[in-house]
Amino acid sequence: MKDGVNGVALAVFIFFFLAVTVMGFMASKWRRAENADNLDEWGLGGRSFGTWVTWFLLGGDLYTAYTFVAVPAAIYAGGAAGFFAVPYTILCYPLVFTFLPRLWSVAHKHGYVTSSDFVRGRFGSKGLSLALALTGILATMPYIALQLVGIQAVLDVLGVGGGSNWFMKDLPLLIAFGVLAAYTYSSGLRAPALIAFVKDALIYIVIIVAIIYIPIKLGGFDHIFAKAGEAFAVQNPETGKPRGALVSGPDAQWAYATLALGSAMALFLYPHSVTAVLSGKGRNVIRRNTTILPLYSLMLGLLAMLGFMAIAAGIKVKNGQLAIPQLFENMFPDWFTGVAFAAIGIGALVPAAIMSIAAANLFTRNIYKDFIRPDASPAHEAKVSKLASLLVKVGALVFVLTMDKTVAINFQLLGGIWILQTVPALVGGLFTRWFHRWALLAGWAAGMVYGTWKAYDTPSATQDHFGNTNLIPLIGEKGYIGLTAFVFNVIVVIVLTVVLKAFGAPEGVDETTAADYTADAGDPGVEQELPPATAGVPGGH
Amino acid sequence: MTEPPEGGSRRAVVTAPLAVAGLCLALPFAAMLWVSSYARTGPAFIGIPFFYWYQMLWVPISTLLTVAAYVIVRRHERARKAGEQR
Repeated sequence: MKDGVNGVALAVFIFFFLAVTVMGFMASKWRRAENADNLDEWGLGGRSFGTWVTWFLLGGDLYTAYTFVAVPAAIYAGGAAGFFAVPYTILCYPLVFTFLPRLWSVAHKHGYVTSSDFVRGRFGSKGLSLALALTGILATMPYIALQLVGIQAVLDVLGVGGGSNWFMKDLPLLIAFGVLAAYTYSSGLRAPALIAFVKDALIYIVIIVAIIYIPIKLGGFDHIFAKAGEAFAVQNPETGKPRGALVSGPDAQWAYATLALGSAMALFLYPHSVTAVLSGKGRNVIRRNTTILPLYSLMLGLLAMLGFMAIAAGIKVKNGQLAIPQLFENMFPDWFTGVAFAAIGIGALVPAAIMSIAAANLFTRNIYKDFIRPDASPAHEAKVSKLASLLVKVGALVFVLTMDKTVAINFQLLGGIWILQTVPALVGGLFTRWFHRWALLAGWAAGMVYGTWKAYDTPSATQDHFGNTNLIPLIGEKGYIGLTAFVFNVIVVIVLTVVLKAFGAPEGVDETTAADYTADAGDPGVEQELPPATAGVPGGH
Repeated sequence: MTEPPEGGSRRAVVTAPLAVAGLCLALPFAAMLWVSSYARTGPAFIGIPFFYWYQMLWVPISTLLTVAAYVIVRRHERARKAGEQR
């Protein structure tokens, strides 16, 4: 309950959290390569992960506070509209399947570590590379912010920091931030990769228990959905509209579809997804992963329904993000509440670490090295990256403190608006050289400005800014701002490319060849991986 | 600077199996983005409205489709590699 600290749950929670943190520190010694002081090592784990480790890394990105807190909270708040997360995770795999193997090939052929590296090589444009790097770093911040909100929600329900002064109130947030910063700093990508195993084990246990135990306790899905239907039909006295709907209504279907599609396109463009993909051992590791990753989508769907269960269980919270943690606390015995909260907490910590490392890589390679200190030594690079990862986390903290925390899903959607503007250069560049580099830059700028302005202009639940859907021009339906901005971006790119080509504007130098996009491990010229200290991949998970 | 049109790897022949693989990857989009096709409550499955279980059913369906596409594409790439090494 909200009053007082839940001692048993807190103790179990702290136990797991500490255990995992220690593992994180030890992870820095796991399969360490000969020279750990370079960026490949700290930031990509030596590029030597096979199907299973890559799977856990990618899963680490998917199973986040987004899954556990934000999506069920969106369902709790409005019903069907929040379920777009399921088609979103269904649609992202066909997309990954189609374009990421090409990125893997070209990256391993030319030693690219980030998507900006690729764009610079492909279009010979430092400006475009900088634009992509900045976008990646910026877009990652609200996504990390979402993770911090998740950890905060758990600690809040546990009764930590419920005090009235600002320090006690933000204490959970500060703790979460401190732990995250400390262990990423010391061990790089290896820490999250190892912890991902523990995290997934915990999460599966919690999900299975929650999905079986809670519906039984609440009298079955029939009862749950009947209760939820009643609750959604109740009109909000302020707006005169019902609270939500069990099924996406005709006027909400464009939003539903565009949110799903836009999010799917965005997911694997984030720097951390690119990091995870590039750390795979071969081109087909990625494709194989797309055939096993949907397991996560199924779990996401089941977890989303926790939102309905919270309603049926009569959970009434002002801040929707607390609905699921509160549901767990009400339903489970204290010790298992602790386990569940540890799963959520670690499930937010791991992706936040992966995300901040990736954003830091991006900063070091494509901003620091390209524009500030081109002659930086590998050891110096790794050091800068570590510092940058701290700064990215501070940026995330700023988002937490300024944005409406009651609709955490908007954090991720805001990041999506920005990252989607890199699609024409990155995905377009993987398939065609036709776009002109200046047109890509102009399109990017247009999409960024439009998307940011629209998002700022759109009210969310409890604040006037940073909503996620607005009217689509010409179509007149409400849709995801990120996708509208993306279409606008593409139109600008195409029109300007035609114009620039007509005027004979100089093209950049393309250092890649067509064959680079289909090269696989073992082909001549495909970069050798750093040899791991101990052989083999931990299998059987 | 330019894409070399010659060279074994750039024989951009879209064979029938590759088209099938493309279809496998495209189907989930058609199904999921056509929201009005599944925006209803009935028939329910163990108490879960149609809207929810239908979309979750598409997780395994799309997985099978992706596996099919994977098998096709891998076979195609092997054949192409064998062709290159002649």
